Amino acid sequence: MATTVPMTAPDTDIRYVESPIRAFAIATMFWGVVGFLMGVTIASQLAWPLLNLDLEWTTFGRLRPVHTSAVIFAFGGNALLCTSLYVVQRTCRARLFGGEEMGWFLFWGYNFFIVTAALGYVLGVTQGKEYAEPEWFVDLWLTLVWVLYLVAFGGTILKREEPHIYVANWFYLAFIITVAMLHIGNNLALPVGGTGRSFGVAGGVQDAMIQWWYGHNAVGFFLTAGFLGMMYYFIPKQAERPVYSYRLSIIHFWSLIFLYIWAGPHHLHYTALPDWAQTLGMVFSIMLWMPSWGGMINGLMTLSGAWDKLRTNPALRFSVTAVGFYGMSTFEGPVMSIRAVNALSHYTDWTIGHVHSGAMGWVGFITFGALYWLFPVLWRKSRLYSERLVAWHFWIATLGIVLYITAMWVSGIMQGLMWRATDELGFLQYSFIETVAAMHPYYVIRMLGGLLYLAGSLIMVWNLYKTVTMVESEEPQALPSGAVAAAAE
Amino acid sequence: MPTKIEKDAISGQNTTGHEWDGLKELNTPLPRWWLYTFYACILFALVWMVMYPSIPIRGLTGVTGYIAREAGTAELAEARTRAEPMMARLRAATPAQIAADPELRAYAIAGGRVAFANNCAACHGAGGQGATGGYPTLADDDWLWGGTLADIRTTITHGIRNQDDDEARTSVMPRFLGDGMLNRAQIQDVAQHVLGLSGLATDQAAAARGATVFAENCVSCHGEQGEGNQELGAPRLSDRIWLNGPDVRTIEAFISNPRLGVMPAFGQRLDGATINMLAVYVHSLGGGR
Repeated sequence: MATTVPMTAPDTDIRYVESPIRAFAIATMFWGVVGFLMGVTIASQLAWPLLNLDLEWTTFGRLRPVHTSAVIFAFGGNALLCTSLYVVQRTCRARLFGGEEMGWFLFWGYNFFIVTAALGYVLGVTQGKEYAEPEWFVDLWLTLVWVLYLVAFGGTILKREEPHIYVANWFYLAFIITVAMLHIGNNLALPVGGTGRSFGVAGGVQDAMIQWWYGHNAVGFFLTAGFLGMMYYFIPKQAERPVYSYRLSIIHFWSLIFLYIWAGPHHLHYTALPDWAQTLGMVFSIMLWMPSWGGMINGLMTLSGAWDKLRTNPALRFSVTAVGFYGMSTFEGPVMSIRAVNALSHYTDWTIGHVHSGAMGWVGFITFGALYWLFPVLWRKSRLYSERLVAWHFWIATLGIVLYITAMWVSGIMQGLMWRATDELGFLQYSFIETVAAMHPYYVIRMLGGLLYLAGSLIMVWNLYKTVTMVESEEPQALPSGAVAAAAE
Repeated sequence: MPTKIEKDAISGQNTTGHEWDGLKELNTPLPRWWLYTFYACILFALVWMVMYPSIPIRGLTGVTGYIAREAGTAELAEARTRAEPMMARLRAATPAQIAADPELRAYAIAGGRVAFANNCAACHGAGGQGATGGYPTLADDDWLWGGTLADIRTTITHGIRNQDDDEARTSVMPRFLGDGMLNRAQIQDVAQHVLGLSGLATDQAAAARGATVFAENCVSCHGEQGEGNQELGAPRLSDRIWLNGPDVRTIEAFISNPRLGVMPAFGQRLDGATINMLAVYVHSLGGGR
């Protein structure tokens, strides 16, 4: 192996900002558990409606956005802030623009946004837009925090010591800029005096189009571009191999960024949205297939020459499996965007299964892989508390995802087929309530899948807690990054 | 950091010569299969855009001429046309005539089952089993407003105690306690008497006292022996079948402040053929007269 490209980080005397990043890492874990717990709760409510408890605050309608926002914005958002602020400093060899104070403001500002948003959901103060539920005053606060995030991230890039900008930072920057644009565009609303409520500036199908322009690109830029940034740093770090192809990273980055933004109308097939917009939404989704897979290829092929590490490094297993799920969902997405397929899949659990293979498999696993790598580095430990527990987490969570998405595939396709089934005389064969009753067993399986995923995350919390608090016999020392996986062997 | 291109022994590729925090990139060319699949997707997109509406100009529909709304409308119209000969016969016939004709009856039962599931099952249960709390069972022979095909058709068409249809079935049971017509003791007595009509009284003395109250207040609608009156929708009280449950507390509460059932006028929602199919279907559930 002597002739392979050496992958060790240079020594540096730059004082990187780390305390707020540690806080973000802890918040990621915390909100992850909250989000998964809310997921299990509402999955149970769907299987056993009695669990709505007949209280307005605990009904499915109010807890569902708590789950989605906790997972996407609280868990995913803290993970992205954590890793982006870590990565941008290292790969630019520059201290965070704005220093510790900026880092702490972002941490408290962002998490204050999350708590306010969640309180609003439970108390019934929302503008009723999926994934954009918070009312205008919460939106304004997030706008402020997000602009400062852009300033901190962009400022760090501007004062970098490296001549080039690393690919992870392209993705992070695209994520930050586009989310700002989406957030402002979709939340243009006129507050109604003193009630905390508002009316959106658009109405009818225009409003729906803006909402799904936002919603689809929340997936595209928050959950895809941002986490691809994470992938581009942590997979080469864990695998200790160079990124597979620089050329592929350029082409797939720009094609992904250009194509994703037009794909939103595929959420509105067979609606009042004009046909031409539906067609464009579909064909842009089809064209998106290969740009998405470019990221998967670069992630997986980076392991060529290092596949043996999967046996010894269970944290890397998370990152690599994440890329696998990413590839699967980004193939499933274009398929579901085809109008004729959408006629069957739309409004069914198939969509829910699709989203969760992306959220649990891709977003969750890539984050777990990054956290397992980051915790020892951030807390100056030579290794994780237990590799065995990481392996347990991996298998339990993988089993959970498999149960979840297979249950939703079966129930979703069954649901779609039951809705359209007609008898030989032309009468519909099933009433709506019969389709609901038929889904009950799959709802129970889904809940069990979520429960396994939650259990896995609790194992991770324990493992990382023990990692932070364990006392190591030899003198702890600042590790050059990249040394952890080696030490674990 | 100076550019330093290295050769990777495993892949045989060169690096780009850049380095970030120890991370490097190989300069591997684009995988061919990836590139050609990408081109194929773009080609597919272009072909699709020619075939289907993709330009926001009125009238430019693509070479297939496909318009989603028209395609959907045509599909519905075709289904309607296919069903129309049968529906016309169902519309013209009375439920009794439908029930007597095997072909019409089979069709009506199939269509009625679906219409029932989508319109009636929410209150009356998937098999017409009803639900405690005022939702009558339709699968037995105990009828509030009559169980002949014609009676059932009238009830479905006009509904019960709704504001929307002047011909809705209507009757009002007084709020005997709420309006001060009886006191609590009298209500307890008459409840025992009502239970007694089905042989279920637990307090014979009270039931005996209640007989007088019953005679003065209830017989005009429910009959002397509690046999009920379908003209008024007054339930039979002597058959051990209960709309709201057989326990004495429920009966007392109902006499005190009745909660009277309401049903929409489906004549305003469904066409005549569907109503006839529903009447035949409901009649067939088990108790039709």
